[in-house]
Amino acid sequence: MLAMACLILLLDLFVKDKKRTLTFVATQLTLVATAVLTFAMTSADVGYTFSNMYVGDLLSDLLKLLLYLTVLVVLFYSRGYILEREQMARGEYYVLVLFATLGMMVMISANHFLTVYLGLELLSLSLYAMVAMNRDSVPATEAAMKYFVLGALASGLLLYGMSMIYGATGTLEIRAVAERLDTGQVDRTILVFGVVFLVSGIAFKLGVVPFHMWIPDVYHGAPTAVTLFIATAPKLAAFAIVIRMLVSGLIVVSSDWQSMLILLAVLSMAIGNVAAIAQTNLKRMLAYSAISHMGFMLLGLVTGVVGGDAPFVSISAYSASMFYVVTYVLTSAGTFGMILLLARNGVESDDLDDLKGLNKRSPWFAALMMMMMFSMAGVPFFVGFFAKFSVLQSVVAAGQLWLAIVAVLFSLIGCFYYLRVVKIMYFDQPIDATPIEAPMDMKVLISANGLAVALLGIFPQALMSLCAVALLRSL
Amino acid sequence: MSGTPLLSLAIWVPILAGLLVLATGSDRNAPLARMLSLLGAVAGLLVTIPLYTGFDMHTPAMQFVELKSWIPSFNVNYHLGVDGISMLFVILNSFITVTVVLAGWQVIDSKVAQYNAGFLIMSGLLNGIFSALDGLLFYVFFEASLIPLYLIIGIWGGPNRVYAAFKFFLFTLLGSLLFLLALIYMYLKSGGSFSILDWHQMPLGMAPQTWLFLAFLVAFAVKVPMWPVHTWLPDAHVEAPTGGSIVLAAIALKLGAYGFLRFSLPIAPDASHQLAGLVIALSLIAIIYIGFVALAQEDMKKLVAYSSIAHMGFVTLGFFIFSAMGIEGALVQMISHGFVSGAMFFSIGVMYDRAHSRQIADYGGVVNKMPKFAAFFMLFAMANAGLPATSGFVGEFMVILAAVGYNFWIAFAAATTMVVGAAYTLWMYKRVVFGAVANHHVAELADINAREFFIFVLFALGALGMGLYPQPFTEVMHSSVNELLRHVALSKIQ
Repeated sequence: MLAMACLILLLDLFVKDKKRTLTFVATQLTLVATAVLTFAMTSADVGYTFSNMYVGDLLSDLLKLLLYLTVLVVLFYSRGYILEREQMARGEYYVLVLFATLGMMVMISANHFLTVYLGLELLSLSLYAMVAMNRDSVPATEAAMKYFVLGALASGLLLYGMSMIYGATGTLEIRAVAERLDTGQVDRTILVFGVVFLVSGIAFKLGVVPFHMWIPDVYHGAPTAVTLFIATAPKLAAFAIVIRMLVSGLIVVSSDWQSMLILLAVLSMAIGNVAAIAQTNLKRMLAYSAISHMGFMLLGLVTGVVGGDAPFVSISAYSASMFYVVTYVLTSAGTFGMILLLARNGVESDDLDDLKGLNKRSPWFAALMMMMMFSMAGVPFFVGFFAKFSVLQSVVAAGQLWLAIVAVLFSLIGCFYYLRVVKIMYFDQPIDATPIEAPMDMKVLISANGLAVALLGIFPQALMSLCAVALLRSL
Repeated sequence: MSGTPLLSLAIWVPILAGLLVLATGSDRNAPLARMLSLLGAVAGLLVTIPLYTGFDMHTPAMQFVELKSWIPSFNVNYHLGVDGISMLFVILNSFITVTVVLAGWQVIDSKVAQYNAGFLIMSGLLNGIFSALDGLLFYVFFEASLIPLYLIIGIWGGPNRVYAAFKFFLFTLLGSLLFLLALIYMYLKSGGSFSILDWHQMPLGMAPQTWLFLAFLVAFAVKVPMWPVHTWLPDAHVEAPTGGSIVLAAIALKLGAYGFLRFSLPIAPDASHQLAGLVIALSLIAIIYIGFVALAQEDMKKLVAYSSIAHMGFVTLGFFIFSAMGIEGALVQMISHGFVSGAMFFSIGVMYDRAHSRQIADYGGVVNKMPKFAAFFMLFAMANAGLPATSGFVGEFMVILAAVGYNFWIAFAAATTMVVGAAYTLWMYKRVVFGAVANHHVAELADINAREFFIFVLFALGALGMGLYPQPFTEVMHSSVNELLRHVALSKIQ
């Protein structure tokens, strides 16, 4: 199945020509075709290919389908933005997006540490190039450099960690590592060292404190269309590799990585939420909010392990995390989509002040943006509330009451800056009164996105059980 | 008990009406938006009336129950039902919504659709809070109701509205997030149930009860609001538009008190008994200290806001002396306060619309120019001061009577507010209404029009009706209150 998906993707690269519309359509068709293929091959069984390097299970199918959907939406949102900018109006954007998507698919289905690395590098290299795509922009170039240097470092850490795990267990296949570890005849010191490096590498990719430095700069510096991409799809893939490597592979040494992750999570929530308050740039603010969201998501992962002896508890914790990631991706896609929508006619619109009086200019878009903000803040009836709720539920279920209290307090702080966005849109007077124009497809899509945030908030059950079933079948 | 899902209607009719009103869009369609809102509000009120007429007052059980599975993963249900305690609030809320829509009829001229829709949606959410029997459902409504009020204060409020809106939102959220953790704890403790009724039966040790009680206390004390977490209320009131103040005072404050009855007392009865002293002390501080603070206010809205805090102090006092008289008195006080404070804020709004000032010093001799208004204002000022024959008297009297049976000195301290309350209300009334015409602003005042007259009559019927003949209100409470007390008297520690 994966081979097929890759083939289509690669084939498509040769089809690319100068006509941008054709590229756009071709890219979208590729995604749809891959989605159909994945869907058709969905089965409840776990299958392995490429000498056990890849795994195809319900978790990977679900995540991939969500991934295609996200990328599809992202491309729709970015199209107008890309078209308006001559220096980046190339087919490269689409090609790179496809490459990155391929990388993420590999990550999601990886059953081997090296496969994880392969997918990760494919994704990262595409992203570096995408960030730098706006060649004339100084912040973009700076962001790309920073991203590249730090990213390379993180990849190094990851590889180093993997090599140590190989040294300790003699294999890099994730399930085999788990089996070896179960026997207990493993050099603990080397293994723990390996885990430390591995966790650092992952933390960098997720962008949690203290490996978060690149996030604000990249979010801010990159063209918004690229930020939109970085802020959404890779989070799904990152979640997948955490599950694969730490949970499937290294569950035996969970007590070691668990305490690290708790620290990372708490720090992320603290720094992310507090730093976001001081931002005046919307993209930068969302970058810090992304850091805190990832911290919150990690909480779910961490607590899943505590209930290790009761499988039901841990599954519900992991699925809480997964639900959190999915809803976060949905919400941030909508938010960045809105920034793109406002950034018409070649002018960026990413300062908080650009949102002033949005309610006067377009009540509907203001309402949509408000839904996104309240969802991120975790206020019901929006889906973000149920994401936070299910994570908190698993944290309390694991007996980590203090952790839950910390999380709650930081989300209260976080609420402040989301509320400020609402305040700016609703309470302030607009700076320019030009009504907002957007192409029809964008309008429809962003409305659908906003309504999804609201409707999933009223009926969260379907997505929740989907996450739970996928994890139950796959772990 | 017919098959119609009355409570669902009470929740969703206003919300759908609100969305419909939103769809009318810009201010060009303002008259249409107003008509639709009024229709929606009246329809919302009509569907709640069968709740009273069809109410069986001889059973303490929940009535008009609806139960549907909502989120099976967490065993969360769409579980609605009312008893003698909550039913009256659903009706009161729907009633207040009608008056709010009417009160903003001419005054609000920008973003009319959004304004009215905000109130309609909020009305539905508030009905949801009062009728939710599922903990998470309660919480969802509880939090969601913050959004419309936040927007209403922030968009249509006074000069310092942004500060007030943030303070309101963050204060309340702080309390309710701890409340959420308490809910999750109980969910796990009860073996996976979010049903409030299950929680009532759940045995609990003293330590968890104490923690739960404190978490509830923070959440509800902010909402009531009790001293010392009351500071958001005067700000919110002063900045909110008239309609916002009415809903805030008449309904939103009642949520906290209602929470005490629905959560604190029955779920943590032993802790309630143990910590009753704390709550009583806080209530007395609210009654006496805030009463004096009110005396010193220059701004009419602030004065009424502080008097609301003092009145709510009576309510919490009434709850925590654990007698039927006390709790019923407190409930009567809550409903009466709904009418009276709503009317007080409306009166201030009427003057503010004309003279654009809320400062007491800017008025004087209003009676010469607005005799009809002065008569109504007098009635509500009397009721606010708790004079006999008004609804304010009944509740306060019952609470004080119950307090005498509990501890004479507490009753004595509470009774002093009768004096302070009369002092600040009537003194304000005197300064605003009587005397010579103070300045040319007052000289230009026009008396109330038919719409305002009608709203005053509605409020007056409530306040006087309850004062002269409170029995229809109290008789529906009896069995629920007795059941609650019986339940609270039983220890949950095993």
